[in-house]
Amino acid sequence: MVGKTESQNGAVKATAAPAMNLESDLFSNFSFKSFKLKTKQQELLLRVSILGLVYILAFITRLFSVLRYESMIHEFDPYFNYRTTLFLTEKGFYEFWNWFDSESWYPLGRIIGGTLYPGLMVTAAFIYWTLRFLRFAVHIREVCVLTAPFFASNTTVVAYFFGKEIWDSGAGLVAAAFIAICPGYISRSVAGSYDNEGVAIFALLLTFYLFVKAVNTGSLAWALASAFGYFYMVSAWGGYVFIINLIPLYVLVLLITGRYSMRLYVAYNCMYVLGMLLAMQIRFVGFQHVQSGEHMAAMGVFFLMQVFYFLDWVKYMLSDTKLFQAFLRITVTSAIAVGALALGVGTASGYISPWTGRFYSLLDPTYAKDNIPIIASVSEHQPTAWSSFMFDFHILLFLFPAGLYFCFKKLSDATIFIVMYGLTSMYFAGVMVRLILVATPAVCLISAIAVSATIKNLTSLLRTKSKTAVAGSSKGTGGSKASSKASFDQSQPFQKNGAIALLLGAFYLLSKYATHCTWVTSEAYSSPSIVLAARGAHGNRVIFDDYREAYFWLRQNTPPDAKVMSWWDYGYQITAMGNRTVIVDNNTWNNTHIATVGRAMSSYEDEAYEIMRSLDVDYVLVVFGGVTGYSSDDINKFLWMVRIGGGVFPVIKEPDYLVNGDYRVDKGAAPKMLNCL
Amino acid sequence: MAKLLLYLTLATSLIPLFSVAFSPENPTDRRVLVLVDDFAIKSSHSLYFGSLTSRGFQLEFKLADDPNIGLQRYGQYLYDALVLFCPSVERFGGSIDVASIVDFVDSGHDLIVAADSNASDLIREVATECGVDFDEDPAAMVIDHINYAVSNFDGDHTLIASDDFIKADVILGSKKIEAPVLFQGIGHSLNPANSLVLKVLSASSSAYSANPKSKLSNPPSLTGSAISLVSVVQARNNARILITGSLSMFSNRFFRSGVQKAGSSIKHEKSGNEQFLTEISKWVFHERGHLKAVNVRHHKVGESDEPAIYRINDDLEYSVEIYEWSGTSWEPYVSDDVQVQFYMMSPYVLKTLSTDQKGHYSAEFKVPDVYGVFQFKVEYQRLGYTSLSLSKQIPVRPYRHNEYERFLPAAYPYYGSAFSMMAGFFIFTIVHLYSK
Repeated sequence: MVGKTESQNGAVKATAAPAMNLESDLFSNFSFKSFKLKTKQQELLLRVSILGLVYILAFITRLFSVLRYESMIHEFDPYFNYRTTLFLTEKGFYEFWNWFDSESWYPLGRIIGGTLYPGLMVTAAFIYWTLRFLRFAVHIREVCVLTAPFFASNTTVVAYFFGKEIWDSGAGLVAAAFIAICPGYISRSVAGSYDNEGVAIFALLLTFYLFVKAVNTGSLAWALASAFGYFYMVSAWGGYVFIINLIPLYVLVLLITGRYSMRLYVAYNCMYVLGMLLAMQIRFVGFQHVQSGEHMAAMGVFFLMQVFYFLDWVKYMLSDTKLFQAFLRITVTSAIAVGALALGVGTASGYISPWTGRFYSLLDPTYAKDNIPIIASVSEHQPTAWSSFMFDFHILLFLFPAGLYFCFKKLSDATIFIVMYGLTSMYFAGVMVRLILVATPAVCLISAIAVSATIKNLTSLLRTKSKTAVAGSSKGTGGSKASSKASFDQSQPFQKNGAIALLLGAFYLLSKYATHCTWVTSEAYSSPSIVLAARGAHGNRVIFDDYREAYFWLRQNTPPDAKVMSWWDYGYQITAMGNRTVIVDNNTWNNTHIATVGRAMSSYEDEAYEIMRSLDVDYVLVVFGGVTGYSSDDINKFLWMVRIGGGVFPVIKEPDYLVNGDYRVDKGAAPKMLNCL
Repeated sequence: MAKLLLYLTLATSLIPLFSVAFSPENPTDRRVLVLVDDFAIKSSHSLYFGSLTSRGFQLEFKLADDPNIGLQRYGQYLYDALVLFCPSVERFGGSIDVASIVDFVDSGHDLIVAADSNASDLIREVATECGVDFDEDPAAMVIDHINYAVSNFDGDHTLIASDDFIKADVILGSKKIEAPVLFQGIGHSLNPANSLVLKVLSASSSAYSANPKSKLSNPPSLTGSAISLVSVVQARNNARILITGSLSMFSNRFFRSGVQKAGSSIKHEKSGNEQFLTEISKWVFHERGHLKAVNVRHHKVGESDEPAIYRINDDLEYSVEIYEWSGTSWEPYVSDDVQVQFYMMSPYVLKTLSTDQKGHYSAEFKVPDVYGVFQFKVEYQRLGYTSLSLSKQIPVRPYRHNEYERFLPAAYPYYGSAFSMMAGFFIFTIVHLYSK
């Protein structure tokens, strides 16, 4: 499999490179007489075939896990998504919409229909129903497993169009190729990783693309399409908050830099108003969209936009600069005053809810650590280490600044957007590991601009200096012979060689990138984490299937109404695979309930027994990885149980479990630690 | 046809055979193993045993150190109750030991333990497992210089006439025990950590526990009404245990003898032992005070089917039938203090069930405006009765999307404004486009 993907990669690179050359050929208006097709048609054919290959590549490079293990759902959250999708396909949409799940969060229960983003499930169910309609007898699990790769492929297409919109089609192709294999994206979209993000990145990029398109054209239709893209994004992932804050920020920057235009007005207003109305249809979002603090920026910019338009109109009507200056001052002051007053009154009366903890922790990375242990406890929410940037982006990390340079050199509405997207998402990626995912498309696009622009410059340099230089690339050869009439400039003899060297260097880097991506995908991001694989002493692969065995034990050996207490990580898997009621699960909506479990886990046995009796617990599931050296077991997570428990119940104190500030689990551990459950 | 008839007769003749065994439907014990130190007890205590046999119990007498005795065979218990009239046994024969007796009780069977002065460590250990501690001094007896029974010879006041009964009709029967009970043996105290054990007959405040033959040198460890003469335990699984420090109180001699309490002029012809011990054995062997709850049902008011899930603010009706075992049949249990809880981590609804005097209890209430997984809980624990602990889980869901009101009267202005806006915009567009 590795070899196959490698060669595929190579093929794409090899064909992508001449494409650049062809692009430059087009600019110098050469005709390909030796070919039967017209240049334009030929170029189109090439572009489509490259895009098609990238499309396929993006899909198959994500299939490592299916080949290594089996067609199964990975990790924790996807199990919940799978369970809900199954429910949706079995019971229909209205049952799903009104689903009250009594099996999780015992005894509180959870209104599933109202507390999830249904986009992913509906998408998968829709694909499933379509396939069934076409008489393909597939199991819903296969659909779920392959949803993420399928949408990754679609993302490459969107990336191509986006790149084309902000730069040119060459950049679009490179961007498509980049994003197809970028590890930062693959980490969340391998086969089996059936999570919201898999669909959401597609929706995110689609929304951005359509919005930029709407800004560029000023067309109501594109703005409408972008509103629908936004709706899809809202239905798929909580990360839509990024869109609804980035776009107003972008509009604000355009307003400040004096790039206000009617196109922007149409695009933003249509997108905001319709997008808001559509987003409010998602039950989980509902009135949050007009009430919560996170969405206020968009509303503020919306009103600012109206003020701007009004001022524009007044300026047009007044035609007296002095009078207008006075009017401007009054209007702006009163607008700001009214806005501030509305915000103040709204916040004070509780109509506008304050920012949530996650949002705070994005702006201030230390916030969660100090205040909300439950957010800090998730490994995905940790600040990013520089090495994981390198791991996920590889050369894109170096191409990113170069791309920014090119963007600033050729500033337009579209490039301003991609610059802002890139910069903000890079910041967020630095704050939280999981947001590398959001940054990935931006990094790919900007790097693609860098690569495309560099190669185009270099090849055009080669072409003008020496037509034969292009002979290295197979397809350009025919064309260059026909046009070898240009004079040979002898004053710059090193330019040609330098350009060739740089081109070779670029190709070397790109091939390295392809190798790295494939390696990372195969080694790091294709393990389902529910089945563990390790290298034995002789380099052989050892598979631990203990998790699933444990869940099937629960399923077969416990009464159907048994309640299982475990740390919340395992909640979704127990309900999905063990089919038993759990006390807490990965939807961490009730901190107190989780803290109760944390308290039970970290109390002395007799106290814990009382707590568990009050929750009707029948079984307790703990994970111990000491024998196999599995690091993410419950001993490792124990301090978080203590912290989260202590956050609500002050009886639990973290220092009781530490020895001189160290966390020890051997016989030298703190007495309270040893005696607790 | 003849064959069928044969089967039928066989089947019908088997039914009573099955029904004599202990079962939830017929909770009275039937097969009782009596372990004795020597078979003389069989005749010296024949009145007590006679009362048991006459009530239908099958007694099986074995020596406590008989090597062939065992409580269970092939994982099945052979007996429904165990009577230990062997105070001096050091080691049981066969497969019986303390652990197996505890297991026997843990699986819901009943036990009567009678110790005596010089009770062996083994019997003390059994008693400790049941939650009572006999006086540690092996020679000690309960002595009471005020409430002793007057006898022909002025003895050492170890024969006690006690009438300090527990006030519970369900344990001692509704007929009042007039005559005091004769007791001669060792006293015990209740383990304060054990909340299940009850004093049925306690010593008077002037009693103490000491060796009657030696002079009292240290203050006695057990004094006054802390001394229990007869105690009962009702375990959480409703197994019942009777513990007493006197084997002789079961004897024919005590049953027959008259009693006169010191300082009292009334001389009773017959001691209260027979009535007291017979009544209490009825309780121990589940002939009284055994409740069962059946037909737990709940449904929406106006419907009769039991739903799988309720909606918030539904009106529902909960009903349960409670019967008491009278020794031969299930009689309706009548009480006005049975309560039902609608419970999710704490009771949201607590309501007393009303009864129709025929064992049927019911209550109507509204589901609270909270969704979650609730339980109907009946926790009925009364002195002497077996505890009833019923719980039935039922989820409560919120409204479905189409169960809300379709048009809110309060929102009519908003509907009006929305539609007038639409109409106005339409007219404005037409006017704007076609006015010139």
